Amino acid sequence: MATAAKFETISAQLEAVALQRKRQHTQQVIVTGLFRCAAGISIFTTLGIVVILITQSLGFFAEVSIWEFLAGTEWAPLFSPQKFGVLSLVGGTLLVAVIAGIVSLTLGLGAAVFLSEYAPESLRRVLKPILEVLAGIPTVVYGYFALTFVTPILQNIFGHDQVIVFNALSAGLVMGLMIMPMVSTLSEDAMVAVPRSLRDAGYALGATRFEVAVKVVIPAALSGIVASFILAVSRAIGETMIVKIAAGATPNLTFNPLESIQAMTAYIVQVSLGETPQGSLEYKTIFAVGLLLFVMTLCMNIVGRWVISRFRQVYE
Amino acid sequence: MNSSSSSSANRQKSHQFRVLRDRIFLATFVIAVIVGITGLVALLLDVLIDGIPFLNWSFLSSYASRKPLESGILAPLAGTVWVVSLTAMMTIPIGVSTAIYLEEFAGKNRINRLIELNIANLAGVPSVIYGLLGLAVFVQFLFSGSRNVTAGALTMTLLILPIVVIASQEAIKAVPSSYRDAAYAMGANKWQVVKSIVLPQALPGMMSGIILALSRAIGESAPILIISSLVWVTFVPTTPDSKFTVLPLQIFTWVSQPQHDFRGIAAAGIIVLLVVLLSMNALAIWIRNKYQLRPDQ
Repeated sequence: MATAAKFETISAQLEAVALQRKRQHTQQVIVTGLFRCAAGISIFTTLGIVVILITQSLGFFAEVSIWEFLAGTEWAPLFSPQKFGVLSLVGGTLLVAVIAGIVSLTLGLGAAVFLSEYAPESLRRVLKPILEVLAGIPTVVYGYFALTFVTPILQNIFGHDQVIVFNALSAGLVMGLMIMPMVSTLSEDAMVAVPRSLRDAGYALGATRFEVAVKVVIPAALSGIVASFILAVSRAIGETMIVKIAAGATPNLTFNPLESIQAMTAYIVQVSLGETPQGSLEYKTIFAVGLLLFVMTLCMNIVGRWVISRFRQVYE
Repeated sequence: MNSSSSSSANRQKSHQFRVLRDRIFLATFVIAVIVGITGLVALLLDVLIDGIPFLNWSFLSSYASRKPLESGILAPLAGTVWVVSLTAMMTIPIGVSTAIYLEEFAGKNRINRLIELNIANLAGVPSVIYGLLGLAVFVQFLFSGSRNVTAGALTMTLLILPIVVIASQEAIKAVPSSYRDAAYAMGANKWQVVKSIVLPQALPGMMSGIILALSRAIGESAPILIISSLVWVTFVPTTPDSKFTVLPLQIFTWVSQPQHDFRGIAAAGIIVLLVVLLSMNALAIWIRNKYQLRPDQ
C-alpha cells in the first residue's frame, strides 16, 4: 500500500519535471525562432537596398542608355537638352576622395608609426582617444568647418580670384582629417600585432627605430595598412555632407582642386531637397547614381576585407 | 691600413646620417599627430567663437525663423529626441537578438557566415543609400508619401543596426565561457544560459555600444535629409506620423543660407549638437569602465 503511494508521488514528480522540461524546450524553440527572425532583418535590408536601387534604375535606363550614362562627361539632368554623363559626378567624387586619401594616409600612417613605435604607453593612451574624437564628430560639422575656416585660408593662400567659395580642395582636406583616425587606428592595430621579436632582431643588427619601423614593422603590417586605407577612401566616397556644403553643386570633370565640383552623394541630396515629382526622370536619376555609388563602395569594402584576410600574417 | 681607416670613417659618417634620418622622421611623425590634434582644436575653436554669441535661452526655446536673430532650435531638438527614441525602441531588441543568435545559437554553417558577412558589408554602405532605401520603402510604399518621423526612425534603425549587432557580439564574446559551462553543468538549457548568465554579464558592454550607435544616429544628416526634405519646420512633432526635422539637418539648412548671421546660428546649433554627443560618449565610456568584466574577480 505504502509502496504504491510512494510510487505515485514519484511518478507525479517525474511528470512535473518532464512537463517543466517540455515547457522550457518550447520556450527555447520560440525564442530561437524570434532571434533567427531578427538576424534575417539584416539580410532583408541588403536585399531591399539592391532591389530598390535596381528596379528604380531600370526605369532610368529604359530612357537613357547605360553607355550614355557611364561614358558621358556632361551631367545636366535639369537643363534641356538633358545630359546624363555620370563621369563628371564620379570625377568630382574621386577628386575629393583622392585629396582626402593623400591627407589621411600621410597623417594617419605618420600618427600610427609614432603611436606604435615611438610613443611611450602613457602618451599613447592619451593621444589615441583624442584622435578618435575626430571620428565621432558629425559630418555636417566638418562641412561647416570646411566652408567657414579652411576655404577662407585657402583663399588667402591662393588668392580670392583663384579659389571659388565652393571648391574640391577644402572639402578634400577636411574629409582627410575626418578619415585620418580610421587609417591611424587600423594601421596601428596592425603594427602593434607585429611581434616584439621581429623588432628586436632588427635592433640587434644595429638598426635605428626608423629603420625598424620602415623595413620590419610596416612590411609586416602592410595588409592592415592597405586595408585601412581602402576602407577609409571608401568612406570618403560615400560621405555626403562635407561635399554638399563645401564642394559646390557644379558637375565638372576637372583635375583642378580649386574649382567647384559636384560629388555623386551631393547630387542625390540636391535632388531630394528640390520639388522633384516622384516617377520623373530626374527622380529616377538619384537611384541610378545611388546604384553606381553602392557598387563602388561595396567593391572597395570587399577588396579591403579580402586584403586583410588574404595577406594577414598570423604570428604565434 | 689606409683603406680600413677610411671605411671606418665612412661607417661613422653613415651612422651619423642614419641617426639624423631617424630624428628627422620622428619629427615628421610627431607633426602628423600634431596636425591631427590641431585640426580638432581649430574645428572646436571655430565653432565656439562663431556660435557662443548666439547661444542663449531663447535660442533653445524658439522655432526656426527667416530672421537669424530670432531663430531657435526647439523643433529640431524635439525632432531629434523623437527620432532617437523611436530608433532606440526598434534597434535595441533587433540588434541584441541578432547578436545573441549569431554568438549563442547559430552553428558555424554557411548561412550564418553569410549573415555575418552581410552585416559587415551593411556597416560600409554609405548613409545616403539608406536614405534612398527609406525614401522608396518607408516614405513612398509604407506611408504613401508621408515624410514622417517614423519613416526617419525606421531608416536610422537600419542604418545603425550593423553597429549595434557588432558591438553586442563583442560584448557577448567577452563573457568567459566558464560561466556558461557552469550553468550548463547545472542542467540549464541554452535560452536559460543566455537569459540568466550571458545577457546580464554582457549588458554594460552592449549598453556602451548601443549609446555610441545612437549618437551616430543623432549626428547623421544625409538620410534624414532625403527622408524629411522639409527644411523649415516650425512645430514640435506630436505624433509618430508628424513631419519633422533634426539638429544636423537644421544646421545644414542654416549653413546653406547666404546671410552671414545664419552662420553664427548654425555654429550655435553645432555647439548644442556636440554637447549632446560628447555627453553620450562620456556616458558610454563611464558605463564601460564602471562595469567592465574582470575575469579574475
